[in-house]
This record gives sequence, structure tokens and C-alpha cells, in this order.
Amino acid sequence: MSTSPKADSSALVEKLERESRNATRAMLAEFWYYFSQNRGAVIGLAVFLVLVVTAVFAPLIAPHAPDMQYRDSFLVPPVWQEGGKWDFLLGTDPVGRDMLSRLIYGAQYSLFIGCVVVFVALTGGVIIGLIAGYMRGAVDTFIMRIMDIILAFPSLLLALVVVALLGPGLMNAMFAIAIVLQPHFVRLTRAAVLAERSRDYVVAARVAGAGHFRLMFKTILPNCLAPLIVQATLSFSNAILDAAALGFLGVGAQPPTPEWGTMLAEAREFILRAWWVVTFPGLAILITVLAINLVGDGLRDALDPKLKRS
Amino acid sequence: MFRFFLGRLGLLIPTFLGVTIVAFGLVRILPADPLELLAGERGMSPERKAELMRQMGMDLPIWEQYLAYLGNLFQGDLGTSFASKRPVLDEFLQLFPATVELSFCAILIAVAIGIPLGILAAVKRGSFIDQTVMGTALIGYSMPIFWWGLLLIILFSGILQWTPVSGRISLMYFFPQVTGFMLIDSLLSGEKGAFLSAVRHLILPSIVLATIPLAVIARQTRSAMLEVLGEDYVRTARAKGLPPHRIIGLHALRNALIPVITTIGLQVGVMLAGAILTETIFSWPGIGKWLVDSIARRDYAVVQGGLLLIAAIIMLVNLIVDILYGLVNPRIRHN
Amino acid sequence: MTIRTTLKAALLGASVIAIAATGAQAKTLVYCSEGSPEGFDPALYTSGTTFDASSKAIYNRLVEFKPGTTEVVPGLAESWTVSPDGLEYTFNLRKGVKFHKTDYFTPSRDFNADDVIFSFERQGKKDNPWNTYTEGATWEYFDGMSLPTLIKEIVKVDDNTVKFVLTRQEAPMLANLAMDFASIMSAEYAAQLDKAGTKANLNQQPVGTGPFTFVGYQKDAVIRYAANQDYWGGKQKVDNLVFAITPDAAVRLQKLKAGECHVMPYPAPADIAAIKTDPNLQMMEQQGLNVGYLAYNATQAPFDNPKVRKALNMAINKDAILYAVFQGSGQAATNPIPPTMWSYNTQIKDDAYDPAASKKMLEEAGVKDLSMKVWAMPVQRPYNPNARRMAELIQADFEKVGVKVEIVSYEWGEYLKRSSAKDRDGAVLLGWTGDNGDPDNFLAVLLGCDAVGGSNRAQWCNDEFEALVQKAKVVTDKAERTKLYEQAQVVFKEQAPWATIAHSVVFMPMSKKVSGYVMNPLGGHSFEGVDVAE
Repeated sequence: MSTSPKADSSALVEKLERESRNATRAMLAEFWYYFSQNRGAVIGLAVFLVLVVTAVFAPLIAPHAPDMQYRDSFLVPPVWQEGGKWDFLLGTDPVGRDMLSRLIYGAQYSLFIGCVVVFVALTGGVIIGLIAGYMRGAVDTFIMRIMDIILAFPSLLLALVVVALLGPGLMNAMFAIAIVLQPHFVRLTRAAVLAERSRDYVVAARVAGAGHFRLMFKTILPNCLAPLIVQATLSFSNAILDAAALGFLGVGAQPPTPEWGTMLAEAREFILRAWWVVTFPGLAILITVLAINLVGDGLRDALDPKLKRS
Repeated sequence: MFRFFLGRLGLLIPTFLGVTIVAFGLVRILPADPLELLAGERGMSPERKAELMRQMGMDLPIWEQYLAYLGNLFQGDLGTSFASKRPVLDEFLQLFPATVELSFCAILIAVAIGIPLGILAAVKRGSFIDQTVMGTALIGYSMPIFWWGLLLIILFSGILQWTPVSGRISLMYFFPQVTGFMLIDSLLSGEKGAFLSAVRHLILPSIVLATIPLAVIARQTRSAMLEVLGEDYVRTARAKGLPPHRIIGLHALRNALIPVITTIGLQVGVMLAGAILTETIFSWPGIGKWLVDSIARRDYAVVQGGLLLIAAIIMLVNLIVDILYGLVNPRIRHN
Repeated sequence: MTIRTTLKAALLGASVIAIAATGAQAKTLVYCSEGSPEGFDPALYTSGTTFDASSKAIYNRLVEFKPGTTEVVPGLAESWTVSPDGLEYTFNLRKGVKFHKTDYFTPSRDFNADDVIFSFERQGKKDNPWNTYTEGATWEYFDGMSLPTLIKEIVKVDDNTVKFVLTRQEAPMLANLAMDFASIMSAEYAAQLDKAGTKANLNQQPVGTGPFTFVGYQKDAVIRYAANQDYWGGKQKVDNLVFAITPDAAVRLQKLKAGECHVMPYPAPADIAAIKTDPNLQMMEQQGLNVGYLAYNATQAPFDNPKVRKALNMAINKDAILYAVFQGSGQAATNPIPPTMWSYNTQIKDDAYDPAASKKMLEEAGVKDLSMKVWAMPVQRPYNPNARRMAELIQADFEKVGVKVEIVSYEWGEYLKRSSAKDRDGAVLLGWTGDNGDPDNFLAVLLGCDAVGGSNRAQWCNDEFEALVQKAKVVTDKAERTKLYEQAQVVFKEQAPWATIAHSVVFMPMSKKVSGYVMNPLGGHSFEGVDVAE
């Protein structure tokens, strides 16, 4: 190609990467086109954005503080029911806290849980997966066996045991869920790396003298992003569901935290007497998870060329 | 084929050893003190605690404890329950049929409804039916099943009073546990109404447990069908003028079902996790509830043994799925 | 259980139920119990759920608590004498008492002194072959109540006389022997099991002398009993007793309403009002023999100052707690012992709720900008159905008098361990349920100097209080003991090592068809003498 290898090779690396960036930009435009075609995904995205806004501006939106106890208003029903009060649109819980405000603040927790868990699982998973796929050999085998071991347990059960033993609490619950979700990222990254590493552009970059680190993170990783994004969305909703389940089993976020699953667990004894304390938190979980899954479906369809064709 | 089988089995052994380490390590290393629970509010003197630790071998170095544990394991001894003082394996075997029965019914529901729905959606792609089916499936897939179970209880047991709230069979019936499966035992007992009672008890928990697998199977069937319907041989068949139901029934379905079977196999793990929540809500005396209770009372041996047995079952099922897949799809075998 | 015996037991049950279906004579009482028993040898366990299923139904003790009271009356011992020095208790055993005849055991002789000696020596003697008859066997109550050092020996005087020799005077001794762990088992049955090499079955297939004979147990689902035909106290009115294990309170109520069971324990506080108005149900209630408290650490500043403790006590709005946490199923606590217990001092007035006065007292004591920890238990207890909620309410109350509260919690085992530590930081929510109805079981166990660093969570050791309680332990005259305990309660209230929060009220909803049920102040559930109308 060239007669002065040193100078040219770095130029070549630059060029390859620039091309790849341009391609990425074109892909993004194409991706948005397909994504916006999917009505469900757009609705999901809209709901999700509303939730984000709700969570961020919770202190402004919520009519009451989430832990304010109105001692004269225990278990007030929603406003449209007999005995309801306009002060408490969705009623109050057993210690006189406003349900609506708690649900609004609960959005903070659920989104926070989703973000933290996905961030931890994604970063950890990607790094481990890159190492496994890039190094091959014994390291790869060792890492993948460990992932197999984690995947051999039902995720909720493993998380339950870890949390029960670490002590109940939101941080421990998030940590446990991140651990059980992380092997999926490892597997995906590794598979993508294996597929990509023999491609021309990687070979070219290596021949041109790119270092291991650069190869792993700047050359290969951007090209494995699509499946990772889809998996991240899925994990986001899984994290919310699992955290709520742990809360429901009494080992997740601890009261008075207005986490939805925990609210549900606290409300269980009122199942026959005060339907609203049971129904609303569950509904909130369902809507959130549904919105994220809609977005996830949209992302997958838009990023998966196979489905686009048919 | 045999070499393929051996290879897969060989892979399982290090994984299984790892599972024993995790099951043992999780429960032993992390801070939790079952002896304190024994004494409750009264508390326990340090001398007595030391004595009990010695009695239970908990004063030995951790690796010695692990080796002893592994040694016992290979003799089929999973330890003794802290609470009931009975062998863990005995308890597991006693409760496992209840979980199997529940999971089996749930899978049955999921398959019997999920596959036809998936096919329907694929064939009517883009129609109102497709959108409804897929929308519902996505809701099912997003469902917090512990909440779903509570709602169903409120509706069907509380308001309508159609189904019992919990348990496996009405207390009116008492017959020998021959197989441990209530549906079979109730038939064997010959008692009038027993079978019907068992079915009525089974129905709500099965529906709850089936919810997520059903959604997954319906979605998987649809996309597998869509893929197959786009293949050349289906197009050829269509071009030859074969009637649509024959194309779908004969050509497409058979090939579409291969990935669906894998999906069903993979749902076993999902089922066992779901059983933890479902059994807790419905007081179903199976291993899910047993584990939750044991975790709550720090029953070391049961949590260890339960984790191990469940992991072993999932690994076994995955192996079977793998092998079935290899049988159906020879390309995999040589990879 | 082998398959054969399971089958046989099951068939026996089936035939009994079949009779129930055809004839009008056989009656079945169904009790929706709250959990699974851990086993059927009560001495190995401490939970009420296990006692209900084992000791209450199947076994008897030398002495018993008179139903509905904590008074000790004859059981398998017809009478007893105590030596003048208070160190020898001689029991004259009842004659002609038969052990249960089941399909796994047929007794060849009546109950005698050997059974008594077997029952206690297996718990107390380390070299007794039955001391470790099942893996992980621990004798929690026997050890926990210091009986190994209290009992010097148990002597068989003759077949129908047994003598307990003690190492020191102990006024609550008789009450101890009425507790569940002191249930009498059959030495003959034990010998049979030993011979067959199935010792562990003592905990799975029980044989006793009590009102009901064990028929079968399906784990986590149902326990079945039949009335003991030869019961020395007379055959029961019901023919069968069934425990339907139903952990969820809402579900238990559902079953009770549907007629699937006749009696249930522990209704959810939220449902109590509705149950009371249900035309098909009746509800019994009784004050529980327990106390829920907030224990300060009396060794740490500023809580070493009684004035500070007292001031904080005045900041707690107990009415709000009773309403939100107990929902009517509790009453405010003034003393460390419940009002149903003898020697309860009715003269003592509780600290009135008065945030303004409290704030002033704190200022006088030189306390400002105080921030403290309040420990909330992670579990539900009769004396505290929701510690988290209670902690939140206390947090809000303390905030009003300028004290910042951080709520902390640990896993239950950790909680118990850490809260006992002498240098523990903060105030602990905990409580106690009486074992035997003796005030010593509260005052010495929870507030005595020996218990500091253990069950005395306030780490409070007061000389005056200690002297009174120690003296009451060795005096045998009840009137004199009463005086001493009343005085001790006065000291307690002045010193305020705890904020006494509440005593629970225990409710038992049951079908109107049920008659003859007597509530047990110690919290157990016994179905002796209960009848159910057709």
C-alpha cells in the first residue's frame, strides 16, 4: 500500500476509524428512521420520558413529601371513592402518607435502580467479555466457566440468597441483581468480539500497529454496540422487576423508602380492605417495565437488519 | 453423536464443581448467624455458642469444611436441615413433586396457548390480531407476577369465589401420597371430587406461573414463523399453489418449532425462579417456598442443598435441550 | 417416614374422614395454623408454631398451666411436695396413664417414672445417648433457662415417684416444668426406636400421652390428629383435629370465611374490625403476655442520664403508634411486665405525651442537637407487628423535640447479636413474650445485671432494682414476692431504661360453630376440650 510504513500506518488507522465513524452516523439516521416507524416503541419512549421527567422533578410535582405522615388520614381511599379527599388523589397508606407522592418518588428509585444496575452490569460485562474474547485461551475458558456457573442458578434465587446474606437493603439488592445480569453482557461482548476480530478492518488496524487497548476499545467495541444496547434495555426492565420482587420478598429496599415493590410488600396485609395500596404500586411497575420493553423491541427491530428485510 | 454428548457432559463437570463452591461459599462466608436465631430475644452465652459451633463443625477452617461438604455430597448427603433436623435431600424429594406439578401445568398452558397465538400473529402479520396478540404478550412479559397473583386472588378467590385461595387440595380429602403429584394421587385414591378439587387448586398458580413463559413462547413462535415463512422453500411451496394451511402446518411449523423448543427448555430456569414468587403467594408447598422460608430462617444446609439441586436440574435440562438440538440440527454437532 | 407407614397412616386418616362423611358422629376440627412445625419434639425448638403442633396437642407435662391462666396445676403429677429448704421437689405421678397407640408404636406399659427421667436426662445429660439423637440437636429452652446448672439430679424414688434435686432455690421452678420443653415422652418408644436404628423418628413420629394422637404430616401443607381414645383427662369431643398450614393472614381469613377451617390465629390487624361484624364468626381476644419496648443504652452519654431517657419517653406519641402499628390490637405499656401478669403495679402512671415538656427537660439536661440511631427489627413479632413503621413514627416524634433519628436495621440474627453488645450505639426496638408467666421471666431476664451484654438490651444495671429482683427469686411466699416486684417496677419507671411501648392484644377469630376454646395467656393454641357443632 505504502512505502513509508510508520507514518502511513497511523494515517491508515485514522482513516479507518473515520470511515467507521461516518458509517456510524449513517447508521444512526437509518436506525432512527426504522425506530420511529414502530408505533409501540415511540409510545414506550414517550412514557419512559414522562417517567424520567416525573422522577427528576419529583419534588416539584409531588403534592406531598413521600414520608410525611398525616396522622388524621390513615388509609384514605382515592378521591373518586366515598371517603376520598382532594388532598390525596390516590388515597393514603396505613401511616397516612400520600400514595401519589410516594408513587412519584418511587419512579426515582426504579429508574435509579435500572441505571445503576445496567451501568454496573454493562461496564463489568463488557470489560470481562472483551478480555475473554480478545485474549482467548485459558483466560477465556476460565471466565466463561464462571459465567456458566452464575447462569446455572435462577437469577432471582441467586439474588435472593446474596441479598439475604449481605443484609436486606437497596444497595445490596442492586449489587446482587447486577451480578446475576452481568454474564449476559459478557457472553454477548465475547461473541461479538470473536466475530469481529477476524474482520478486515480489525486485521488492518492490527497490522498497522494499533495497541491491544486501542484495538479492544476503539476498534472492536463500537462495532458490537447494537446487541449490547438491546441487552441493556432488557436488563433495565429486568432490574426493575427483580428489585421489586426482592422488595416484595422483604429483602430489597427497606421501608420507608417509597420503592414500588417494597410498598407492595408493606401493603399486602390490606389486600382485602384497601385495594388502592396494593393496586397502584404494581400498576406503576407494570407500566414502567412495559414502556421500557416497548422501547427495547423497537431498538431490536431497528438494529437488526434481518428483520428489516422481511 | 456419542462424542458430542461426552463433550457436553465434560463441560458440565467443572461448572458443577464451581456451583458447589458458590453454593457452599455464599452461605458460609457471608455474615449471618443462624445460632443467634436459635436463641432469639434471649441471647446466647459465648461459651454455649462456642460449644455449638464445635458440635456443628463450624469452628474448622473453611476449606476443611468445604472438603467435608464435598465428600458428603458424593455420598448423596446434602446435610441436615437446621430447623427440622431431617436430611435436606429427603425434604427436597418430598416437596419437589409439588413444584414439578405446578411447573408442568404452567408449561402446558404456556405451550398450548403460546404457540397457536404466535402462529396466528405471524400468519396475520401486521393485522389488528397480530398487534393485539403481541401487545398482550408484551404486557405478560412485563408483568410483576407477584402483583399479578395478588390481583387474581382478589378477583377469583375474593370477589367471585371461584377458586380456593391456597393449598393443593381441599382438606376434605386425605389419601396416600403415592407419586406426590396431587392430580395423579387424587385419581388413584378413587375419592369422588378429589381430582376436581386438585384441579381447582392448581389453576390460579399455574396461570400466574405460565404468564411470562407464555409471552416469551408466543413472541418466539411468531418471529420463528416469520423467518421460516420468508425462506425459499416456503416460497416455492407457495408458488406451487399449495393451500396456506398445508404450507404453515407441514413446512413452516416443523422448522419454526426448533428454536421454540430451545426457548421452552430455557424457560425451566425462569419457571424455578417464578416458582419462588408464585409458591410464596399461594402457599404452595413446593421447593420455591421451602427455599424462601429457609433463607428467612438462615437454614444453612437447606439453602446450600437447595441452590445446588436447582442448579443441577437447570444444568441437566440445558444439557437435554442441547442434545435434542444437536439431534435435530446436525450442523451444531460438529462445531 | 417410610413409604409403608406413610401409606398406612394415610389410609387410617382416609377411613376416619370417610366416617366423617357418612356418619354424623365423627367430628373434625380444622385449625388454619400460621406456619409449619419444625419437628415434633418440642424440647428441640423455641417457636410457638412448633409447640402448638407438638406439645399442646400430643404431650402432657408433670404440671400444667390451668387453661386460660398461668396458674400451675397437676398434670401427669397428681401432687407434689417441696422440701423446706426449697431444694427438693418430689412429684407423685398419676397412675394408669396410657401412651398413644399408633400404627408405629403399641405401648406395653403405663406411664411411669422412667419416662420422666428419660424426658429430662436426654436434654440435660451430655453423655445420654439421646442428647444428640438427631443431627444438630440443641436443647434451647433447657439450656437457655440455665437448667443444666440448676438441676443437680433427678431421682426415681419408685415407679410412681420422682424427685428433682436443685443446686439453689428457684421460685419459678414449678412454672418452668409446665413449659413446653418439659413435655413427657415415652421411654419405651425411645427404646423401640433405638433398637430399630431410627432414633431420628422421635422427632417425626411422636408418641405422647396428650389429648390427640398423631396421624400424619404432609410437609408445609397439613397435619392430622385423631382424638386419643384413652386420654386420662377424658376423650375429646371432636374425633379429628386438622392443622391446615396457611402462612398468609389474608388467606387464613378467606378460608375461615369460606368454612374451610374453624379457627385461625393471628388475623391481620387491618381485618379485625370486619371480622367482629361478620355474622358467622366470633372473635375471642386477650391481652398478650408480652411487652414491646425501646431500650436506650444506659451506659452511654447522654442516655446514661435518666432525665434524658425520661424526656425522650415523653416525646413518644403512643396513641399514634397503637393506631398505625397495632391498629387497635395493642394497649400502651406502662410497666415492663404486662397487666395480666401477677404483681403488675397498677399505681404507676405512664409518662404523659408532652413534646413541649420533653423539649424543656432535654434543654435542662444540657442536650442539644442530639442525633441518635433507632434500631428497627426486620421481623414481625406479636409485641411489635411492624418495627419499621414504629421506628418511622418515633423518628417523626423525636424530630419534634429537636432530636434527629437515623433508623438502622440488620438481618435478624445480626440484629440480635449486635443489639446485645455493651457498647452498642443507639436505642433498640425489641420485646419479649413470657415463657412461664412468672415476673422473674421478665424482670430478671430483661433488666437484671447478669443479663447485661445479653438479653438486657438497655445494658442497665441498677443496684436497687437488682436487689429487689434477686430477693424475689428465692422467696417462696407469693404475697411477699408480689410486693418486691411491685417495688422493682417503681424503680424501673423512675430510672426509665426503656420507653415501654405496648402490649399486644391477641385475637382469635373462629367460626360460631366452635365452642369451648380457651385462650392461652402464654400465646399457645391448645384444642383440648373444644367442640364444633355440625
